[in-house]
Amino acid sequence: MKKLDYPFKKEDILDLRVGDMVLITGKLFTGRDAVHKRLHDGVKSPVDLQNQIIYHCGPVVIGDKKKGFEVKAAGPTTSIREEPYQWEVMRDYGIVGVIGKGGMGPKTLKGCSDYGCVYMHAIGGAAQVLAEKIKSVDNVYWEDLGSPEAIWELTVEEFPVVITMDAHGGSLHEKVQASSEEELKKYL
Amino acid sequence: MVKKKAKAKKVVAKKAVKKTTKKTTKKVAAKKVVAKKATKKVAKKVAKKVAKKVAKKVAKKAAPKKAPAKKIAVKKTLAKKGGDQLFDSLLELIRKTSAEIPGDIQKVILEALHREEKNTTAEYAMNIIKANIELAKKKSQPLCQDTGTILFYVSHPVGFNQTEFTKTVHKAVRKATEVGFLRQNSVDSLTGKNDSMNVGPGHPDIHFHEHKKNSVEIKLMLKGGGCENVGAQYSLPNQALGAGRDLDGVRKAILDCIVKAQGKGCGPGVLGVCIGGDRGAGYVQSKEQLLRKLDDENSVADLKKLEKDIVETANKLGIGPMGFGGKTTLLGCKIGTLNRLPASFFVSVSYMCWAYRRQGVSLKGDNSIAKWLY
Repeated sequence: MKKLDYPFKKEDILDLRVGDMVLITGKLFTGRDAVHKRLHDGVKSPVDLQNQIIYHCGPVVIGDKKKGFEVKAAGPTTSIREEPYQWEVMRDYGIVGVIGKGGMGPKTLKGCSDYGCVYMHAIGGAAQVLAEKIKSVDNVYWEDLGSPEAIWELTVEEFPVVITMDAHGGSLHEKVQASSEEELKKYL
Repeated sequence: MVKKKAKAKKVVAKKAVKKTTKKTTKKVAAKKVVAKKATKKVAKKVAKKVAKKVAKKVAKKAAPKKAPAKKIAVKKTLAKKGGDQLFDSLLELIRKTSAEIPGDIQKVILEALHREEKNTTAEYAMNIIKANIELAKKKSQPLCQDTGTILFYVSHPVGFNQTEFTKTVHKAVRKATEVGFLRQNSVDSLTGKNDSMNVGPGHPDIHFHEHKKNSVEIKLMLKGGGCENVGAQYSLPNQALGAGRDLDGVRKAILDCIVKAQGKGCGPGVLGVCIGGDRGAGYVQSKEQLLRKLDDENSVADLKKLEKDIVETANKLGIGPMGFGGKTTLLGCKIGTLNRLPASFFVSVSYMCWAYRRQGVSLKGDNSIAKWLY
């Protein structure tokens, strides 16, 4: 088990390889479909994302800014929908990690190599285990997108992920896709 | 006899006509009087019934004018209580569905965990899944943050009031969203606005079905978007897959869907499949297959064989939990059929994630929960 602590550094990211199980401690910013589309459309991010990690997640949050927020559930959402946009966010904002589920495609994989970033796979559906790792909700941006689509600034402790795409061209998803297609031929 | 009856009918009809003409000729004030009389009549009847059952003493002591009013009040509260009871039962159904995995699913998940090799990412994923199931139940909070499409399947006796039931469902869904059993998950497809507390066109999705029993049975499925997105519909023959219009073609289509889904649907998952139907009915039926218990064996021998074969073959492909690679890709497969047109042959596949949120209740006469169905 490896550890990745805040503030995140490029050299730590470059050390990570496909198959590594990692516990993250520090800040995460949620961002999913609407956030990526808005960034792609040219609207500037309301937060500085340099050396930060984006989490593809639409949490269940109750409460408000006055009373404070409580995260009731916070697992990853399917990442492939951000495939058209993710590499741009890596290029324009200098993010070092993307957490999601299901993996991403060749554009993102190239982005990881070009800009020094990793794709980290959280366990899909494990919303309670992952919500327990959230120690505080520090801020929220772009609430007009609706609660699941807003940017939530979270502090996490030992948040468990598996590296499935690294900054050196490695992708577990490409590998499993190819091997399972090959294997299927035997049974048709 | 026939003539007599006919005569009698005529007399009744005449009287009725007289009554109506009288009524219509009278002014509004007169109508009010009639209304009052009617209320009194109903009230008296109610009073008699309630007096027998609920409050003998009160009825005897009370003055005749006051008694009816009191009885109506009692009945109203009873009716309101019935509505509240349905609301309570629905809210509890939503809570339990969102937070607790049904026993038949938990069993196969634990079996899958033990199958995976130690110290692999697959085993790691299954262990987190196991911990998540325990934690969600303990905290009574959603297993998965995507509380999904809210699908109700309601079986009810003849004469059931679907309109009133739907109203109470909407109320319960709003409340469940407010307290966090459900995420705000309903987006206006044109404006992108998400402020409907899960009530809007198509949400929640309620399927009514009349049955011969006297009881009301409500099944609920919360189906997340990740797994819904990897569902697929095939029109056979499909040249690219070499899939013809037979069970072997169906098999090829289903296996193609599994390989295309990889880990994106939060595997290991369960497939609901429909062979036949039109495009719409095929998908609806494929989801209804997911209402079957996992240990339920198909009564059609060919389908039973195909269900088993799909699971075994899928688990040889090495896709594994979350698509990390591993031994369990699929936990189950349920296949049903609908008739088709000679021109069409659809295979519709719905993928359900491991966070298989499906529960059901049968209700007592007073709308409280009689028993859980899963």
